[in-house]
Amino acid sequence: MREHTERALNVAQSNGATYVDIRIVRRENQNITVKNGIVQTLSLDDDFGFGVRVIANGAWGFASSNRLTEEEIDRIAAQAVTIAKASALTKAADIHIGPPEVHVDTYKTPMEIDPFEVSLEDKIDVLMAADKEARAVKGLAIAQGTMGFLRETKTFASSEGSFIEQTLVESGLGITTRAVAEGEMQQRSYPNSFGRHQGTAGYEFIKKWDLPGNARQAAEEVVALLSASQCPSKTTTLILDGPQLALQVHESCGHPIELDRVYGTEAAFAGTSFLTPDKFGTFRYGSDVVNIVADAVTPAGLGTYGYDDEGVPGQTTNIIKNGMFVGYLTSRETASQLRRTHPDAPERSNGTMRSDGWNRVPIIRMNNVSLMPGEPTLEELIADTNDGIYMLTNKSWSIDDKRLNFQFGTELAYEIKNGKLGQMFKNATYTGITPQFWGGCDAVCNADHWNVWGTPNCGKGQPMQSAHTGHGTAPARFREVQVGVMG
Amino acid sequence: MIGKAELKAIADTVLSAAQADQTEVLVEGQDLALTRFAANTIHQNVSETNVGVRVRSVVGKKIGVASSNDVSKASLKQLVRKAETIASFQQENPEFVSLPDPLPIQEVDAYSESTATCSAETRANGVGSILELSRSKGLVASGAFSTGTEETMVANSLGVSAYHCGTMATAMTVIMSDDSSGYAADAVQDVNALNPAEIGRIAADKALRSKNPTSIEPGDYTVILEEDAVATMMFFLGYLGFSALAVQEGRSFMSGHIGEKVTGDNITIWDDGFDPRGVVLPFDFEGVPKQKVMLIEDGITRNAVYDSATAAREPGKSSTGHGLPAPNTMGPIPINLLMKPGKSTKEEMIASTKRGIWVTRFHYVNPVHPVKTILTGMTRDGTFLIENGEVTRPLKNLRFTQSILEAFANVELLSRKLKMVKMGFGNFASCAPAVKINEFAFTGTTEF
Repeated sequence: MREHTERALNVAQSNGATYVDIRIVRRENQNITVKNGIVQTLSLDDDFGFGVRVIANGAWGFASSNRLTEEEIDRIAAQAVTIAKASALTKAADIHIGPPEVHVDTYKTPMEIDPFEVSLEDKIDVLMAADKEARAVKGLAIAQGTMGFLRETKTFASSEGSFIEQTLVESGLGITTRAVAEGEMQQRSYPNSFGRHQGTAGYEFIKKWDLPGNARQAAEEVVALLSASQCPSKTTTLILDGPQLALQVHESCGHPIELDRVYGTEAAFAGTSFLTPDKFGTFRYGSDVVNIVADAVTPAGLGTYGYDDEGVPGQTTNIIKNGMFVGYLTSRETASQLRRTHPDAPERSNGTMRSDGWNRVPIIRMNNVSLMPGEPTLEELIADTNDGIYMLTNKSWSIDDKRLNFQFGTELAYEIKNGKLGQMFKNATYTGITPQFWGGCDAVCNADHWNVWGTPNCGKGQPMQSAHTGHGTAPARFREVQVGVMG
Repeated sequence: MIGKAELKAIADTVLSAAQADQTEVLVEGQDLALTRFAANTIHQNVSETNVGVRVRSVVGKKIGVASSNDVSKASLKQLVRKAETIASFQQENPEFVSLPDPLPIQEVDAYSESTATCSAETRANGVGSILELSRSKGLVASGAFSTGTEETMVANSLGVSAYHCGTMATAMTVIMSDDSSGYAADAVQDVNALNPAEIGRIAADKALRSKNPTSIEPGDYTVILEEDAVATMMFFLGYLGFSALAVQEGRSFMSGHIGEKVTGDNITIWDDGFDPRGVVLPFDFEGVPKQKVMLIEDGITRNAVYDSATAAREPGKSSTGHGLPAPNTMGPIPINLLMKPGKSTKEEMIASTKRGIWVTRFHYVNPVHPVKTILTGMTRDGTFLIENGEVTRPLKNLRFTQSILEAFANVELLSRKLKMVKMGFGNFASCAPAVKINEFAFTGTTEF
C-alpha cells in the first residue's frame, strides 16, 4: 500500500495541497436473514476504494474512486486539490487543524473466533433454531432473525508522516417478532431492536447472546402485547431498561456533544446543539448521579477502534461529570477552534472523526458514549419505586434539531405499583426536554446490569453517512416524566 | 459517466460466466459531487466515482447474492462464482417462482450534459451567491449544492436488459439568525435551471420573518403545511402502508381494507416513475417496467405496489415495477409518489384561516403506530401563527403526534401547484401540494 499512499500524497502536494491524507478501505459484509423459516437473505458484499482529503489555499477538498490504479490516484489527488481551491473561493478564514498527529501503527479488533471462518451452515442453523423457537408460540405472525458480520481493513497515511493499518471486525445478531390483529401490530426484539445488536467482536459474540435460547420469550411477550392495555397518559416515575436508555443517551447526549454540530456544520441537515461553547464546563446537564464517558477502547463496544479516520488514537473522554457538562467529541479542526475561545480546552482532538467508507469524508461520530453504572440492582430500584412505569427496548424515536425535545416509544412496558411490576402496557411512549429529564435521574443500576449496546444505524452528513456507535448503559430511574403521548 | 456500452459489457460478462439456473445482474454507476457549506463558508466539498455490481444467482429455489465494486473481468467472474456458491449453501425458498421475464421498457431522456459536467467552481459560485446574501443580512447560511449522474443497468438470464441514465442537481439551504431559521430547496435535472440565489432569498426571508419566536400551547390546530412537510407524510404512508408485503403481512392500514374510504374525498395519491415532475426511473431494480399505480383515489384505497416476490404470492398479480435491489426483506416500495393538486394558493389558505399554524417543514419524523399511521416529529425552519387570515407572529417549534390518514381526512384545501421534494437518500422523491388541514395534533413544544 505504501506506493499508493506515497503517490497520492506526492501528487496532491505537488498540485498545491498543504495537508493531505489518504484512506484505502475495503469492507466485506456478510448478511443472513431468516424469516418465518425461510432464508430470505444470504449475501456477501465487497466494497473497495480510496479517498484523498486535502487542504489547499486554506480550504478542504475531497475526492474518491473505486479504482486503485496509478492513473486514477493521480486523477483523484489532483481533483481533490481542484475541489479545495474551489472551496477557498468562499472562505472566511484558513482551516487550522492544530498540532501534527504522527503515528505509525497497526490495530486489529481483539476476537476469539473469526466470524468469517465460521460456516454459513452453522450460522443458518442458529437462525433456524431461533426461528423455530419463536414460531412455536401460538399467535405469532412474523419471526425475522438476522446475523451480520463486517470486516473493514483500512490504511491511513498523511503528509504529516502517519501510516496506520487497521482491521476492524464486527459481529451482530437479533430476532424481531411481530404479532398482528385488526388495526394493531406489536413488535418484540431480542437482544435489541433495529434488527440486531452488534459489537466489535468475533463469533463468540453470537454465542454469548444465545438467540435460540431467548427467541421464545420475545415471541410470548409480543403475543401478550396484543391484548395488553394501552399505556396510560400521565406524569410519573419512569425506569428505562438498558437498550432503551442506550438510545436515550445516543440522541440526547451523544449528538449534542458533537463539536461539529455545535459549530453549525450539520445545521442544514441533522441540526445543531443546545450544548453551545458558553456552556462548556459550566452547564448542569443532569443530576449528580449522571456520569457519561466517551471512549473508543471498551472491549467489544461497537464504537471501539484503534485510530479514527484522521489518524488520531482512540481514547477516553469525560463528557458529563457528576451532572456537569465537561467534554465534547472533537476533530482536529474543531478542537483547534474550541481552544481559541477556551484556552483550557484540550489542544488535541479526542479521536472521533470517522467516515462511512472510502467515499465519504470523515465527520465527528460517537464512539462508545456511555452512562456509567451506579449502585442499586434493578430489583432494588423497582422495589424502591412506589408508582411508575418500566419501559423496555426502543420502537420509535424523535428529537428536535438542537436535541432538546424528545419523544420515544418502546416495545414493552410494565406498570410499577408499590415496588412490584404489574400489568403489561402496549404502545408506551414518553417525552421530555433533555436537561430536565437528566436532572430527574435519581438512580442508575450497578455494573452487573451494565452492557455496551450497539447502534448500527446512526445517520448524519450530506451525502448521508451511517455510523456504528456503542452505548454502555444500566437501567436507570427518572422522576416526573410525561408518558403515554399518542396524539 | 461510464456509459451504456460499458455497463452492458459488465452485465454481459456476468451473464456469460453464470452457470446457475437463473442469474440477475444489477450494475449501478455513480459520478457524484457535493459542495457543502456552513457558518457562511464551504466546509466539505466532495466527489465520488463508483460502479457497483450485484449478482443474484438462482439454483432451483436456492438464491445467493454477492456484490462488489471491482469491475475487472476476473473479479466479475469471481463474483458470479461467489453468488452461486452462496446459493448452493442455501436452503430452498418455497415461495420463489422466477426472476422477471423481459417486458418492453420505454426509454426516457433524463440526462443533462451541463449537470454531468458541472465543475466544483460552478458549484462554489452558486453557493457563493447564497453566502453573499446571508452575510449581507447578518445571517448564517448552511446547506448543500450537489450535482451528479447515476446510471442503472439491470439484466437477467431470461432476457431482461434495461438501462437508464439520469442527472440530478439539488440545492438546499437553512439560513439562521440568533433565534430563527428559514429553509428552501430545489431539485432539477438540468443544473442551469437551478437558481441558488433565489433559494437563498426565500430561506433568508423566512429566517428574518421568524425572528423573536414565542411559544404556543400544544393542542389541536388548523395547519397549513408546505410541500416539504406533506412530502414527508406521503413518504411515510408509502413506507408503512403501500407495500404489498406490508399488506400481505397485516401491518398496513390497507390490509383487509382495499376499496374502503380512509381519507377525505379530495385526497388522491399515486406512484408514477415516468412522470416528468418527479425523478424519472422507467424500471425497478429487477428490470421490471414501472406501472402507474393508483394507491388512494378520492379517499378510497385502491392498490398496493408489488415486486416479483409479492406478486407471486397472489394469483393473477404481476409486479408493478417497485422492487428494490436483492436481497430485499423490506418488500416493494413506491418511490415516485404524487398527490393530486387542488385549486388554492398558499395565500388563499392563510387568508381563509381564523387561527392556525403555518409549518415550513418537519424534522426527525418517525412512526409511533405504523398501522394507524401515527407519526411524531418536530417543526423546524419557520413556524408561524395565523390569526384572522394573517400571519401574526413566529412560533417556537412544536412536536406533533398525528395519524397521517386522520390528517388527510381533514384536508380543507390543497394548492394547485405541486413541488418535487427529493428525499435525502436514493431515488425517493414525492410531488406534493401544500395543504390546509383542520385539527392537527401538536403534543409538545421546545425552547427555540
